[in-house]
Amino acid sequence: MSELWLLRHRDIPNLSSLEVYQAHGGFKALKKAVTSMQPVDVLNEVKSSGLRGRGGAGFPTGVKWSFLPNNLWPHYVVANADESEPGTFKDREILESNPYQFLEGLMLASFAVQANTAYVYLRGEFWQQAVDLDEKIAELEKAGLLGDHLFGTDYSLRLYTHLGAGAYICGEETALLESIEGNLGQPRLRPPFPAVAGLYARPTVINNVETLANVPLIIQHGAAWFRQVGTEKSPGVKIFSLSGCVKNPGNYELPLGTTFRHLIYELGGGISGGRRIKAIMAAGASSNLIIADDKALDCPMDYESVQNTLGAPLGSASVIILDESVNMSWLANKTTHFFRHESCGKCTPCREGTYWMNHIAHRLETDHASKDDIDLFEAVATQMQGKCLCALGEFSTMAVVSSIRQFRPDFEARVRS
Amino acid sequence: MNQLLLKYPEEIRQILAKYPADRKKSAVMPLIYLAQRESGFVTKQSIADIAEIAEISTTDVDSIIGFYTLFHDQQEGRYRVQVCTDLPCALRGADEFLRQLCENIGVKVGETTPDGAVTIEEVTCLAGCHRAPLFQVQGDGKITYHENQTVESAARVIAELQKHTAREVKP
Repeated sequence: MSELWLLRHRDIPNLSSLEVYQAHGGFKALKKAVTSMQPVDVLNEVKSSGLRGRGGAGFPTGVKWSFLPNNLWPHYVVANADESEPGTFKDREILESNPYQFLEGLMLASFAVQANTAYVYLRGEFWQQAVDLDEKIAELEKAGLLGDHLFGTDYSLRLYTHLGAGAYICGEETALLESIEGNLGQPRLRPPFPAVAGLYARPTVINNVETLANVPLIIQHGAAWFRQVGTEKSPGVKIFSLSGCVKNPGNYELPLGTTFRHLIYELGGGISGGRRIKAIMAAGASSNLIIADDKALDCPMDYESVQNTLGAPLGSASVIILDESVNMSWLANKTTHFFRHESCGKCTPCREGTYWMNHIAHRLETDHASKDDIDLFEAVATQMQGKCLCALGEFSTMAVVSSIRQFRPDFEARVRS
Repeated sequence: MNQLLLKYPEEIRQILAKYPADRKKSAVMPLIYLAQRESGFVTKQSIADIAEIAEISTTDVDSIIGFYTLFHDQQEGRYRVQVCTDLPCALRGADEFLRQLCENIGVKVGETTPDGAVTIEEVTCLAGCHRAPLFQVQGDGKITYHENQTVESAARVIAELQKHTAREVKP
């Protein structure tokens, strides 16, 4: 592929200015949709494109939109810009450098479900990006691309930003909605799902920033064009955030189905310091540890292949590389520390489980652990599985269980002799 | 009198305009940001003011402040230097970076420099894993990122923050 779709700013200087974005086809898709398409046509085009949620779950975007009932109003759209998974930094680059493509996607999603109000929920650390988005929203209103009676039609739309304040859990969509409503950012029990009872108990679509940035391209070029890259079940491109023990960490936009080997060795420059690769985490701190053998390195990075071949989710494609110098007991201490800190406290298995997992991990790291602690560590993690209110608790056990089972000598080396 | 409303009438009008008229509670987070803009923390008086504007109890406001890490109800340094030491950053030396930085400026994690300018904090992922070591500075109602840092460059940033604070204290 010669041309970037989402990271177009790397090819086009100053794409974050409205003038440049419009000179490169910006807001043509929105005008086309609002003036010549029915909302359901926009929805169906996205559905046929096979676009799947880029925030981690990989759920088909058009299908998600189609769940909104047409007898309950108003509808809302919320963009999830709470990017907080350790190892993920892709949405930030879109917000900073290609913000209008994201905003146009948000507006198209709003039109498709006939929402007149949409919110962008940004993590609190993205304060500067929120200030910039507010300016851009005002600019769009001034330019007549946002507001009442868009392009002389009956459709009106307002966009607002809402800044979080440092809570990983608010990336979970129902916690995010609670946060906008002024409550503690704690997940809701489902059902009802946000599509039926979301923001202010109204039907709501929540989409990730990267997901939305794809939408203008699909409307402008069509679903068939979108499907020309990627795989049958995972079409399109994906931004892979590469970090950890590689020479060239960063964001790489690649067709879904590209191999780990290509990302890590061709683009990432291989392992720093001439060391050997040991393991891969494909979905940030929420990942299973994948042993980096040839089977893994040659595995195509799409939602099905990674899950079916390696038994791990691709998630948000935050690929963290671990080399041979990394001890997995140390790693489990890091990840459990993160999840203990970020557990919202609402459900007992997660609140207590993350605390005790980190407690044991810390004991291992400070030379106070006995041999039984390794089994205890695994037992606490497996007892949490399937019992937590939301995915955070489940995620917190992934690295623990998979590293104890695959790299047990790393833990045994930490046991007090 | 509602001191917050007296001080920031236009900002508060704009905040409330973002949400449905019967959903004032949604304004609580932006109101807390507004209240801690100048001093870096929310006073008891501000908590009461926010509760009145958002039409909720002061306990509700307190619980929101306690839940989120970027809200503060205690005075610390004027600037909070928040270093990420999560897994991807740690793989690029963030733990050692933080240790040496603390040694360099003579405070421990969680402590404030004697001039009251800078508090050093350890935080979770900041979405800058590819440019570690990194930290953000929270203060004056803003957040600023400093990426690809060395102990020396970070110490320079901190010295600047201290100079800035000294200038404002001595008019």
